[in-house]
Amino acid sequence: MNAPLFTPSRREVLAGALIVSFSLRPPRSVAAEEQQNAGPKPKLPGSLKDAAMLDAWIRVDANGTVTIFTGKCEIGQGIKTALIQVAAEELEVEPSRIHLVTADTARTANEGFTSGSNSMKDSGTAIRNAAAQVREILIGVAAERLGVAADQLHAQSGAVVGPDNRRIGYGELVAGDVLHVAAQPASKLKSPEALKVIGQSMPRVDIPGKVTGGVSYVQDLRLPGMAHARIVRPPSYDARLQSLDTSAVEKLPGVLKIVRDGSFLAVIAEREFQAVTAMHALAAHAKWDVATKLPDEKDIFGFIESLPADDYVIAEKHAPAAAAAQSLEAVYRRPYQLHGSIGPSCAVASFDGDALTVWSHAQGMFPLRKAIAEMLHLSDDKVRCIHMEGAGCYGHNGADDAAADAALLARALPGRPVRVQWTREQEHQWEPYGPAMLSRARASLDASGNIVDWQYEVRSNTHSTRPPGAGQLLAARHLEQPFKPDAPKPIPQPEGGGDRNSIPLYALPNVRVVHHFVPDMPLRVSAQRGLGAYHNVFAIESFLDELAVAAGADPLEFRLRHIQEPRARKVITTAAERFGWASTPLPKGKGRGFAFARYKNLGAYCAVAIEVDVEHESGRVRLGRAVAAVDSGQAVNPDGIANQIQGGIVQSASWTLYESVRFNETRILSQDWSTYPILRFGAVPESVEVHVIDAPGQPFLGTGEAAQGPTAAAIANAVANATGMRVRDLPLNAARVKAAIGV
Amino acid sequence: MRRILFSILLIAVLAAAALFFATHLTIPAEQQTQRTFAPDVVRRGGEMAALGYCASCHTAGNGKPFAGGRPLATPFGTIYGTNITPDAETGIGLWSQAAFNRAMRDGVDRAGRDLYPAFPYDHFTKLSEDDLAALYAFLMARAPVHAPNRTNALAFPYSLRPLLVGWKLLYLNKGPVSSDQTKSAQWTGGAYLVEALSHCGACHTPRDRLGAEIASRHFDGGEAEDWWAPPLNRTSPSPVPWSEESLFNYLRSWDAGHGGAVGPMAPVVAALATIPEQNVRAIAAYIASTLAKPAESEKHVEDNQTQAMQANPQGAQLYAGSCATCHETGAHVPFTVASLGQHTSVHGPDPRNVIHVILHGIQPPEGTVGAIMPAFADTLNDAQIAEIVSYLRARFSGGPQWSNIAGEIARIRRQETSP
Amino acid sequence: MIPLNVNGRLHEVEDEPNTPLLYVLRDTLELNGAKFGCGLGQCGSCTVVVDGKPIFSCLTPISILQGRKITTVEGLGTEDAPSPLQRAFIEEQAAQCGYCIPGMIMRAHALLTTNRTPSEAQIRDHMNPNLCRCGTHMRILAAIRRAAHAMQAADATAGPREVRP
Ligand code: FES
Ligand code: FES
Repeated sequence: MNAPLFTPSRREVLAGALIVSFSLRPPRSVAAEEQQNAGPKPKLPGSLKDAAMLDAWIRVDANGTVTIFTGKCEIGQGIKTALIQVAAEELEVEPSRIHLVTADTARTANEGFTSGSNSMKDSGTAIRNAAAQVREILIGVAAERLGVAADQLHAQSGAVVGPDNRRIGYGELVAGDVLHVAAQPASKLKSPEALKVIGQSMPRVDIPGKVTGGVSYVQDLRLPGMAHARIVRPPSYDARLQSLDTSAVEKLPGVLKIVRDGSFLAVIAEREFQAVTAMHALAAHAKWDVATKLPDEKDIFGFIESLPADDYVIAEKHAPAAAAAQSLEAVYRRPYQLHGSIGPSCAVASFDGDALTVWSHAQGMFPLRKAIAEMLHLSDDKVRCIHMEGAGCYGHNGADDAAADAALLARALPGRPVRVQWTREQEHQWEPYGPAMLSRARASLDASGNIVDWQYEVRSNTHSTRPPGAGQLLAARHLEQPFKPDAPKPIPQPEGGGDRNSIPLYALPNVRVVHHFVPDMPLRVSAQRGLGAYHNVFAIESFLDELAVAAGADPLEFRLRHIQEPRARKVITTAAERFGWASTPLPKGKGRGFAFARYKNLGAYCAVAIEVDVEHESGRVRLGRAVAAVDSGQAVNPDGIANQIQGGIVQSASWTLYESVRFNETRILSQDWSTYPILRFGAVPESVEVHVIDAPGQPFLGTGEAAQGPTAAAIANAVANATGMRVRDLPLNAARVKAAIGV
Repeated sequence: MRRILFSILLIAVLAAAALFFATHLTIPAEQQTQRTFAPDVVRRGGEMAALGYCASCHTAGNGKPFAGGRPLATPFGTIYGTNITPDAETGIGLWSQAAFNRAMRDGVDRAGRDLYPAFPYDHFTKLSEDDLAALYAFLMARAPVHAPNRTNALAFPYSLRPLLVGWKLLYLNKGPVSSDQTKSAQWTGGAYLVEALSHCGACHTPRDRLGAEIASRHFDGGEAEDWWAPPLNRTSPSPVPWSEESLFNYLRSWDAGHGGAVGPMAPVVAALATIPEQNVRAIAAYIASTLAKPAESEKHVEDNQTQAMQANPQGAQLYAGSCATCHETGAHVPFTVASLGQHTSVHGPDPRNVIHVILHGIQPPEGTVGAIMPAFADTLNDAQIAEIVSYLRARFSGGPQWSNIAGEIARIRRQETSP
Repeated sequence: MIPLNVNGRLHEVEDEPNTPLLYVLRDTLELNGAKFGCGLGQCGSCTVVVDGKPIFSCLTPISILQGRKITTVEGLGTEDAPSPLQRAFIEEQAAQCGYCIPGMIMRAHALLTTNRTPSEAQIRDHMNPNLCRCGTHMRILAAIRRAAHAMQAADATAGPREVRP
């Protein structure tokens, strides 16, 4: 706690250079807004800038059917439905008549990864503009046909309608390549008042199939002649396969092939359970050498602090302010946490001897294609990656790795599609985790309890080890000729990785924020829902409450006192009002907590208020009512936004109360739900209420990750309010809370 | 002559009566406000309370801690844990230290009523002044909970509390835990915890017809809430010898050689996980000594797979389909041991523990790391469970086949359905 | 050959008797409803109903299922004609990724078949074995409550209902 904020060390000196090079630019906190809004010359909106042809996004065939192509993936966030709504709106076509094709390297634009809550900003914006331009083009064509001025015409349910109510269906207007034209920078978008589909809570198109047993996930994909495979993974990260006796396993019923390449080991069988049985047998006959040395879990944060770091000053701002009357300092820690997709990763691949097709639930089909092509020494055009849904991933889980497994096995069994299903234990032990992080916050208050100085430093690994590098794929590292993982890089501001949301949105006179980027990764890590924002918002918003207490102020009033931005204030006050925020003391053991953040300082605004009940004897935290308010810009599907925020709150509650990856000196101990418990029905909040604040005419802002940080801080603040004790280490499990409150 | 006899008898009776009244006077109420305790005494009392598992009997299903209401089934009827929070009206708020000590040592409550030995004062009577003071301080420092006690459902004549005076004359031997100079301080500390505060014998020593522990059969194994409580002495059938280390692991969380605690033992381990390590090490040291076997008697884990399969192909197949997925993976699934034969229960005199686990599975408390086993009550019928149980016995234990497996399964199922 | 009664239809399957039902449903009968989540009885993704009780199909060998009624989410209703529970899940939009949902529906189905008026506590307690990682719990609970009301209403109009033992 009272360790000096900046220890002058070899690291600091070494970092000096970086600091200079960075302080040449304007402090990013200030820059952030401008960077986003003030684009230079007119550039194409959203992802149109990467794929300008209109027919890359929208096609209309002769019978008038409309097909929309997005380079993004449905990962349970309801993007399909929202994109159909956007297209239907500007095209003037009933949503039910629109087909949607998601990420497919052979059919859709390359929109990179479906991550960072960017899908609506990128793809939604592109499709909305493309749709508006297509509409105008078709009206133009109709105008010529009918020999009337375009402004005499309007589009209506898939047709262009003229003065005397003459209608020409879109199908009849698309002859030739009318849509094979480049998009224009500006589109004739419908005015907010005129919107009919956008802003309506349209039922999600995928749900009916999912509740009745339709083919909804890559796990459900069944191709003719498809074989089933299981992988046998090493007991620990770098363990190498020493010896293997396959004789017994080869004799097992249904076994088609045992594939070994270095330490990559798998078995392919006719039927799925035969593969499961063979996997167990194979594991029993495989000998591995001594394994990885992992750091001591109890001292993991000390270990991370001992690792060299590159230091980046990401915000530096100095203005005259009143004298400091008191200073506070605190350290917050977040352990490794896992995605824990409820359906372990799965993929299907098929190799015809020349070209490879992979069906995967990974978040980026184009980067995945690049990585797999590199791994198999194929050219990109010989590999096609098609997205199919999996269970929710919440970031970079085992999906890409499973796709790589399937690719390797399909190549080993040409002519037959191979389906690979990871086991629960494999998903838990091998997925890349959300990195352990810690941060130090120090701030000073003036005599009237206003923040006059804010210093914050966060220490973290990278938050992205995604493809396209082949070395990012698990199997590629285990091959006889292994691929090396790419050197980890920080994700630059304004989005940031470990430093995401580390710059407070509050208006403070003096701010200094430093990101200590730690390249060495003792455990495999990558993007997990919210990236650094989960930890940073937990830390900043907890610290803000500690400052409020020191200032003798109500946490809500204290926040409003330090924030001017109207949309932020609206979200904060809405959540507070609907929750019925009050500073009146509650009965013993009960507490209320509040927290707010704008995701990435660029995305959705989200505020969460929650009440908790802490059992004194056990330290167990029970969740009561939770109320959230969210502003995602122009709300396309309000219920979809509410659904994601509700889910985010419940999931973040699980992370915050229970979750921490356990490991010993050689291996990961969190191998299933018994060793890595998560929230169950018995402990979910009494109620979760979400208020969506629409911002008509405003750009789409991502929602998917907005609730993770505020929920964690709101719970921590409520626990502090209930017990008078501040717990700064996640998770806030019963043992830890009990230790804080004492007997 | 007869008159002399008569008067002697009369005197004896009067003396007894006098003694009874002297020991059963109501102890005057004492107001909460009169009490203050040193924080470290309260803290130590908290550890004592954990070591005495007070909460497990004095807390209802999802009720407030120490507020009572938990039913305890005994051969004599159902006894309900009482409210031991300092609530003046329904708890022990008015109890003085003297009243508390009398209850713990003599089994007589503040009002002078004799307490049933389901409350193990036959062990607590051996507690030191200091520890009683610490326990008292801890309980009195709890938040008072207003929760009226439930009246016990005991059959006549057991409902007559005065009979307990006789019971105590027969069975309640007071005084400290007998010590052994030749033993280490750790062992002595362990002996004190085990015999007095943690009252291990209450479940692990068989009881006689009047519900008293049979002193001559100390730690021969007993029962708790219809579970078999294995012996803690040389008669233990555990095929894997217990060491101090494995006992410590088991008592603290889970042991790779023996597995983990289930049933009524689970809350015991949960409590021991919260207290300073050296206490648990002391308990382990003492129990290790009571369990100690000569080296040559070390057993090995049986696995008569082929014979068992031939004898009971149906059971073998059910085991392969329902159990093997987790239990035949060479302990690769967390919280499974290499062979089910390592679980002492498979070697017990009756199949109750195995049946309980198969029917109801194992669920750790919300949000805590611990074994999860699904309940098979709805998946398997009685006949199928019986096949599996006898297969397990035949395959993993050298002992004779259990009798009346089916009957036990049916009986235990009935318990569930009956409220 | 083992005869299995799935959703009212009799199937003769050739899988090994100790094959867990989950793999037979998905692989042999090509039904997608029951999902693989852990194979360890920890998550409930594979939940189906056997003789009115929710069970983990990942740990249930087909050898014990002869003559027993197996119901999967496919057996409740279709996209065009969803069952009251399926309809309630659609109306509440009770899914994010939806992977856990068929298991949730089947566990809830077992509850509502025997108890049309479960308390909130009973519902939460009954659903405890099933995990959802997306945090859809609140909507799942709402959908179950909604279905319970719908089924009560249906009962009221349909008159006395005979409850299977
Ligand atoms: S897959 Fe059966 S319980 Fe998880
Ligand atoms: S909706 Fe995704 S796991 Fe439940």
